[in-house]
Amino acid sequence: MTSAGNKSRALPWALVTPALAWTLLFFVLPFIAMGLSSLTAHEGGAFTLANYSQFFTDPSYWRAMVNSLEVTAIVTVISILLAYPFAWILAEMVPERWQRLALMLAVLPFWTSYVVRSYSWLLVLAQNGVINRALTGIGLIGEPLQLANTRFATVTGFVHFFVMLLTLTIFANLKQLSPSYRKAAADLGAGPVRTFLHVVLPLTLPGIMVGAFLTFVLCIGDYITPQILGGNNELVMPQLVMMQIGRRGDFPLASALSIILMAVVTIAYLACARWLKIERA
Amino acid sequence: MRAAVRLAAWVYAIAIYGFIFLPVVVLVLFSLQATSFPIPPFTGPSLRWYQAVLSDARLTSALANSLLVAVLSSLASVTLGFLSAWGFARFVLPGSAILRGLITLPLTVSYLIIGMGLLVLFNWAGVPKSLLAAGIGHVVINLPLCFAIIYSQMGDHQINIERAARDLGAAEWKVLLMITVPVMAPAIFAGFFLSMTFSWDEFVISFLLTRFETTLPVEIWNLLRSGLNPKTNAVGSLVFAVSIFMVVFFELTLLRRKPA
Amino acid sequence: MSAPLVDIRNVSHRFGQLSVLKNVSLAIEPGSYTILLGPSGSGKTTLLSILGGFVTPSEGKVFIRGADCTAVPPAKRPTTTVFQDYALFPHMSVGGNVGFGLRMQGVDGAARAAKARDALTLVGLAAAFDKKPHQLSGGQRQRVALARALVIEPAVLLLDEPLGALDLKLRRQMQDELKAIQKRVGTAFIHVTHDQEEAMALADLCVVMNDGRIEDEGSPERVYARPATRFSATFMGESTILAGTVTEARNGTVTAMTAVGPISLPGASPAGAKVALAIRPEHIALGEAKGDIALGTAKVGDVVFQGSFKRVLATSTQDTALQFIAKAPASATIQAGDTISVSCNAQDIILLAD
Repeated sequence: MTSAGNKSRALPWALVTPALAWTLLFFVLPFIAMGLSSLTAHEGGAFTLANYSQFFTDPSYWRAMVNSLEVTAIVTVISILLAYPFAWILAEMVPERWQRLALMLAVLPFWTSYVVRSYSWLLVLAQNGVINRALTGIGLIGEPLQLANTRFATVTGFVHFFVMLLTLTIFANLKQLSPSYRKAAADLGAGPVRTFLHVVLPLTLPGIMVGAFLTFVLCIGDYITPQILGGNNELVMPQLVMMQIGRRGDFPLASALSIILMAVVTIAYLACARWLKIERA
Repeated sequence: MRAAVRLAAWVYAIAIYGFIFLPVVVLVLFSLQATSFPIPPFTGPSLRWYQAVLSDARLTSALANSLLVAVLSSLASVTLGFLSAWGFARFVLPGSAILRGLITLPLTVSYLIIGMGLLVLFNWAGVPKSLLAAGIGHVVINLPLCFAIIYSQMGDHQINIERAARDLGAAEWKVLLMITVPVMAPAIFAGFFLSMTFSWDEFVISFLLTRFETTLPVEIWNLLRSGLNPKTNAVGSLVFAVSIFMVVFFELTLLRRKPA
Repeated sequence: MSAPLVDIRNVSHRFGQLSVLKNVSLAIEPGSYTILLGPSGSGKTTLLSILGGFVTPSEGKVFIRGADCTAVPPAKRPTTTVFQDYALFPHMSVGGNVGFGLRMQGVDGAARAAKARDALTLVGLAAAFDKKPHQLSGGQRQRVALARALVIEPAVLLLDEPLGALDLKLRRQMQDELKAIQKRVGTAFIHVTHDQEEAMALADLCVVMNDGRIEDEGSPERVYARPATRFSATFMGESTILAGTVTEARNGTVTAMTAVGPISLPGASPAGAKVALAIRPEHIALGEAKGDIALGTAKVGDVVFQGSFKRVLATSTQDTALQFIAKAPASATIQAGDTISVSCNAQDIILLAD
């Protein structure tokens, strides 16, 4: 029951207006500005759709979007495949009293700076870095492998981050499952494998989807990891956006590319929301 | 068979731990390198690169800037977030669901795009690049987070607690200061802490919106231009140590206090 | 006759399109224990919220001690509320909770602590002064909430389902204590519940509510023995209800035609009127006709052993829509499936307009 608030309309608005104003001024308005900017020419500022048509006609731009989607898809799938069994082991096989510590350790590198984390992988993957030195040292390879500045490096850096994130979310999901589900399944004659396939996995699937979506959004919008680890051999969308600003100061084109990137994320969001709704119904 | 599965599971878990810790161990180890390249063989231990970091005025001022931006933007985020959460949770406002959606909307948008938008807007409005501009951007990303956390914790039970206080004669501002804020303290603190860590680690918005005076992640980025350098290892290890300290502090103060 | 302490005049309330109170009037005497009894959605909690000042009624007025309090905020009226979930301040000690109202009145620390201790002693919790609410059991929290509300000496104490969160045994125990505390402090208590046993045990004045209206109002003995409406007869204790039509009314005796034949009983009702005859379970006799009015035969559907008695549900052979609810002695040998004759005494039948 929420009545008696009718005595004063001013107070509630005074409470919510600052936050709303902030969002309108520094989130909605910039977005509009970006939209308007994307429809103007870099030189002169006349109205044009060229920034958008450029994306669809220039194969190198188009290629960046494909790269972004490919990298994101690979990262999402590998991260889930690595994180799920790991989270399961932490939740099911590690004794209860050590679980908190085990989980904290598993996400400890989360707390390094994001820039530093990518740089650390560069140390590991560089031409004369740890891996190449180790492999040549034991004589497994003669020449150092080209690991840094490749898609492999980008994917490794991303997977490192998202395995931690997904372990956290999947672990929470598994712990929320009431043990009585599993007991009931076992009681009805299902073995551990069938219990997992028919009970545990379906019940944790919505959680996995949320984690996958989070991975998708964070991964496709990230500039640092591909820039540090992938280099400029193979560009992804955020690199393309930053390049327009950094090298040429071309705000309209950068705006158009940002909006296209956001449209892709929004479509993914709607698809995911729809899937979750169907799953729940 | 059972034993083999168990063994395989433990081997797998250890392999994942190895994967997770590999870059961090390499980072910290080679921050103690005595020579100029953070690559094998290890020549340390030496603290010369830590010395180099601490005597680098650009890095130390970037660190101070980062702290300043983190604290101030988090304070702003948590204040705006708390007030709006309170308003929405306690009063019936027309269009409440849409307005709440609007406040949380920035959570679904990449930092890059938020930064781009602000860059375009500020460029157009003639606002110069500065720490303040970056701080504004950090409030944009952290306000929805603080709002969501605090709003989700404002249950019906708290409504009755506030009613009880009013019933016993407390004026509205006393209800706020003596009841609502203390009762909501864990959520407020969680919002503040998360905002701090996100702002502290945020790169792309600061990169786009600052110029001469900048934050630590951007300064570290600038260091990367010089290639692999133990100095970068040292500053990275320091940031890591500070973050771990904050996490442990958070664990001990906030999570322990919860009644069983 | 003195003016009532609380005078509710023609109060109606709507939430949006939903009308939750329909023209309710009620007077409450000083020092009395009033129970608002009704099912959920009956409007009893809304009425309490209006008394507490948390809801301003759409229509009508509320006077407390003769003053119009209709739109006075909770803090400014001489009522305090004990909330269903107790609403203790979790970050304050028990003493801090109990002293809060006095602190708001500007009472200094020493006097506040002394009064808070007295109030805690009253509810039997003197030792808990320095504890935090989460260290207390449900029943203890309940007492703290009571002490917190009583310490500022309200004219009326409002209790919203105060025993609802407690388990049955504790509820009966707290029920006795509530009554004792009320007698000691002499404050008027108004208590909302859906538990009729609670109502019978505690009330000086029992107000039965249904669908936003007051169905019945009076001492619990009266409401039980002579309920004013059919709702009251079935909500405040169980009843068997016989539908009938008056065929003859003469000299204070009414004869009604029912599914089990004509029944004559004392009362007044015009011929042709539809009536309901309510009979309490303990007044229905089973087996060899013992009562002066035969109610036909019935097939026993269910027998539930309740300890001191057996609760029997039986369906009339004459009209399968008619369900008898009877109390049989614990020693009775009735079993499900038996067909037995049913009877009662005329003076135990309650005549209700239908």
